[in-house]
Amino acid sequence: MSKAEILIIDDEPQIRRLIEITLESNDYKVLQAETGKEGLIKAANHPPELILLDIGLPDKNGHEILKVLREWYNKAIIILSVQNSETDIVTALDNGATDYLTKPFRTAELLARIRSAIRRNQTTNDTTLVDAGDLRIDLVARTIRKSNEILKLTSTEFNLISLFARNEGRVLTHQFILKSIWGVPYQTETQYLRVFVGTLRKKIEENPNNPRHIITESGVGYRFQ
Amino acid sequence: MLAVSLVCFSFKNFVGYQVVALILLMAVSLAAMLFEILPVLLAAVLSAVIWNFFFIPPLYTFDIGNAEDALMFLLYFVVAMVNAVLTFKIREADKKARDKEEKEKELKLYNTLLNSLSHELRTPIAAIIGSVDILKESKDKLSDENRTELLNEIAIAGNRLNQQVENILNMSRLESGMLKPKSDWMDMNELVNSVMQLFAGNEHNLVFKNSDDLPLFKLDNGLTEQILYNLLQNAIQYTPPNTKIEIEVTHQSEYCMITVSDDGNGFPVKEMPLVFNKFYRLANTKTGGSGLGLSIVKGFTEAQSGRIKLENNEKGGAKFTIEIPAETSYLNNLKNE
Repeated sequence: MSKAEILIIDDEPQIRRLIEITLESNDYKVLQAETGKEGLIKAANHPPELILLDIGLPDKNGHEILKVLREWYNKAIIILSVQNSETDIVTALDNGATDYLTKPFRTAELLARIRSAIRRNQTTNDTTLVDAGDLRIDLVARTIRKSNEILKLTSTEFNLISLFARNEGRVLTHQFILKSIWGVPYQTETQYLRVFVGTLRKKIEENPNNPRHIITESGVGYRFQ
Repeated sequence: MLAVSLVCFSFKNFVGYQVVALILLMAVSLAAMLFEILPVLLAAVLSAVIWNFFFIPPLYTFDIGNAEDALMFLLYFVVAMVNAVLTFKIREADKKARDKEEKEKELKLYNTLLNSLSHELRTPIAAIIGSVDILKESKDKLSDENRTELLNEIAIAGNRLNQQVENILNMSRLESGMLKPKSDWMDMNELVNSVMQLFAGNEHNLVFKNSDDLPLFKLDNGLTEQILYNLLQNAIQYTPPNTKIEIEVTHQSEYCMITVSDDGNGFPVKEMPLVFNKFYRLANTKTGGSGLGLSIVKGFTEAQSGRIKLENNEKGGAKFTIEIPAETSYLNNLKNE
């Protein structure tokens, strides 16, 4: 199999160089663009397997680039942003970003996100069985097993876990989850989410205070793994 | 001015009208100390006219009987004006001197901040540059152990810089007045647990007991997390390893109450009011903190209309209490089916 190609769109040469070294030593092929415009051209000429897009670009706002890309590019786009910009992150995720990383990030984290995003590029949407650690979720039979034992979930709880399972490894914003489970009128009713995530964790987590499956992404949403 | 004239008028039979002029002059001087230049000039003119009309014979006319009175009236007018202007000028000069003093004080404070700040930033930068130099120049002479240690130093310095920048950004968000809390429903058990995870693996004993009957609170997630993070960071930084640090969240009338207490040495009572000041450090404590942590805690608490209290608990350790007014929701009628 040929090496997966990754396009970095970032105006900081140091960051590009760092990511380039990290990725090449992990068997990826790296393409680089310094501006949003250049990034759009490179992506169109030769669509990569994944795009790393800096949200704070000098020529065009990264959000704009993301929207333009999403008109035709349907593989993974991971947003790079600075810390403390939850609003930026939520906007990007709602505009179709696959995932996000905040600078400064650990290289191990970067590689894990890239692997997970590329894996999702290749899986189709008709998965019916999801395995996550000691959990096995059967989306058709609507059952969930923890270490082979069937767990009792309410209907809403199961809807929530199956939404998470279908988006394994991916961060889902509060709004997206609320819309998907309770419908558009409830998209700001975060108290529902807090309560149900709480009860769900008590059922599926070994230690609900230190969750391993439903991870809180502070100010953004939740990630299931 | 009218009142003074009235008083003078009532005893003009006992004193001569020249004395009245002096009394009126004094009133003008007093006015000059209290009011702005225009009203004072007006008072000076008015008092001259009043003196002329009510006191200089012939009474109740603007006529002046003899040349001596006319001269006196003219002199009165000039003296009242000069008096008003001079007094006003003295006040101006006084104000300028005070402004200058204040500016100097501000400048001094600013310089102190700048010095602490550059120290806090330069120390980790020096560690990074120094370590990289040794790694590059003496790569053959270094033992594996030393090399690992230098790489660790770089990592620690990088984290410290990042933390410091975070603090400075938070501080400037506070001081710009642009900080607008965005409240949303918070599960405080979840928030405390997730902040505690950030300190996993340190040598202190962090204790928190989930409380099942705690409602959801409407708070700003980011600010509240930072408040708790900084309080824990502070406790860990300034108490010896294995110290027990206890976190408690309770619901008290309209408030979400968070307490962080430790069984360390506590704070000297004298210094308690100062610990929330920027770059304040207790005497004889180790460096490495940012000097901004607690002032950010206070700022973020107050930005959410809350209060912060510091005291020493019975065991002698420090106890921080945060009270933030917040809407609550028990979601009793939520259907879970």
